[in-house]
Amino acid sequence: MKGFLFLRLFLRDFKRQRKKMTLTTLAIAWGTFSIVMLLAFGEGLNRQLTKAKHGLGEGIVIMWGGQTTIPYQGLGKGRRIRFTEEDVELIKARIPEIKNVGGEYTRWGVPMSYGKRSVTEMITGLYPCYEEMRSHYPDKRGRFINELDLQYKRRVVFLGNGLKERLLGKEEAVGKTIIINNIPFTVIGVMQDKLQMGAYGGMDKDKASIPATTFKTIWGHEYFNNLVYQPGNLEKAEETKKRVYQVLGAKHKFDPKDVRALSIWDVIEDEKIFNKILLGFSIFMGVIGGMTLLIAGVGVANIMYAAVKQRTREIGVKMALGAKKKDIMSQFILESLIIAFLGGGIGILFTTIVIRILQAIPVKSEGLQFLGKPTISWDIMIITIIILGMVGLFSGFFPSRRAATVNPVESLRYE
Amino acid sequence: MIEMKGIKKIYTIGEMKVEALRGIDLEINKNEFISIMGPSGSGKSTLMNLIGCLDTPSEGEYYLEGIKVADLHHNKLAEVRNQKIGFVFQSFNLLPYATAFENVEVPLIFKGETSRKRRKRAEELLEIVGLKDRMQHKPTELSGGEMQRVSIARALANDPSIILADEPTGNLDSVSGSEIIEIFVNLWKQGHTIAMITHDKDISVKTQRIVKLKDGRVVDGGIAS
Repeated sequence: MKGFLFLRLFLRDFKRQRKKMTLTTLAIAWGTFSIVMLLAFGEGLNRQLTKAKHGLGEGIVIMWGGQTTIPYQGLGKGRRIRFTEEDVELIKARIPEIKNVGGEYTRWGVPMSYGKRSVTEMITGLYPCYEEMRSHYPDKRGRFINELDLQYKRRVVFLGNGLKERLLGKEEAVGKTIIINNIPFTVIGVMQDKLQMGAYGGMDKDKASIPATTFKTIWGHEYFNNLVYQPGNLEKAEETKKRVYQVLGAKHKFDPKDVRALSIWDVIEDEKIFNKILLGFSIFMGVIGGMTLLIAGVGVANIMYAAVKQRTREIGVKMALGAKKKDIMSQFILESLIIAFLGGGIGILFTTIVIRILQAIPVKSEGLQFLGKPTISWDIMIITIIILGMVGLFSGFFPSRRAATVNPVESLRYE
Repeated sequence: MIEMKGIKKIYTIGEMKVEALRGIDLEINKNEFISIMGPSGSGKSTLMNLIGCLDTPSEGEYYLEGIKVADLHHNKLAEVRNQKIGFVFQSFNLLPYATAFENVEVPLIFKGETSRKRRKRAEELLEIVGLKDRMQHKPTELSGGEMQRVSIARALANDPSIILADEPTGNLDSVSGSEIIEIFVNLWKQGHTIAMITHDKDISVKTQRIVKLKDGRVVDGGIAS
């Protein structure tokens, strides 16, 4: 049947079985609601976790000096490898596929004060590239350490937002002078609030950062605590890592195969694994939602079976008039698809409203920061539509097959 | 045009075998108007279903315009019903949710005609049966005679080789009944082939030939004179 005739038949049936149809449509809506909601929570969690992951930095590798474990060129094992500015320059010069590289000096327990408040915290000496590499983005008014600060060894400080809170409270920090290790420093910026998962030497929001050159002048450190680099092409991160071993191995005289000569935290590799776990989680959520929808699909099939029974006579008439099996079947399949998408539409609409409301509620708690932000993505929509289509198709298919086996002789017999 | 030889139809109900037709020989020529009569249980309807390709015989041969129907695939059989057979039922069997116009369209839809062609043909047919002004009415808004006229228009939709009418006046009052018979007579005069089951002798006398059935056998009129 085509066009309006088909729709009218559907509407008539809807009226005839109004209660059942409404309930089934609602069941589909509920199933859709649960599947979209679960996926949206998964997606929200995914995004928040990814954001938190990126709090440490995106696509970076962090390196500490290690100890050699393989004798090399006449040198014994157990030698310590440590990094200096030369290493940074060497990597810059020899490995062009590395986009950013920088070293970091650190010092624990440095006294800092502002007015009557004082704290003892960690201080790091950094390069400007840390802004991008380690997500040290300044809040609206301030800025991060720049090349000139480095060149002139300026006494300027970039504060973690947590540290700023403790030291200056609600006061505007940029332009203020704080005392670090009895030396006055001008605050040039405060870090934007960020979610950070994964850290070394404390959370970034609790650190104070000053130019690496200034740091060296004050405390006279020779060695960096660590190096951080960011490969230009994440696809080739493994090869880049090998190059780093080769280049640093040649300089420090260790075997490039001596993995433990450098102690490496490969955030890129971590993220790949992490993404796989998140994908697994999303699939799990989807399957649970899909089960709910499946039950609703059984309801649709049930209605369709009833419709086949009620319309036996009509099916017989249509067959007498020349309907083929596919003509008979398509009617029922289309009808169950309509129910599936009607219910699905209601479910999606309802979910959208609920998610809007949830997103509008401000979240304070740390834990809820990860769960309180369900998000609907296009992927979720497409997945849901595909599942709805399949539920509609299957719940229509089996009843329609029964309809196609109606014997016209029997259905027309009782005149 | 229609040729049946030794047609048997056996139904199996549980363990029991019921022989509805016990060897029918029947010929119907082009542009014939025949009536099929017989007591109830004589196999009239079973015969009608076989001629109409709704059912296949258990034994015997059936040729419809030279086509051996028994060999056809179910899709092909549907096509034969759609294009070579026009059914008119006692209880009309119109689709209750569709208008007269749409009911006539149904066989055209199954044939796959374009909506423009369907419209033209349906209007034409409803005019022939005198219902041009009631096209947009639903079956519930029509009288019995009008409903039967709609179903005649529907039967004619694809210009079938034969019109099969199963007691077309059985549910009608005598006035509308004779109107319907009048339409059939006119169709026959225009060149249509018609086979009609009836109980009514007054109706059967208007046909060219009366085929009498009894106990699943043709007792009279099976072969065209």
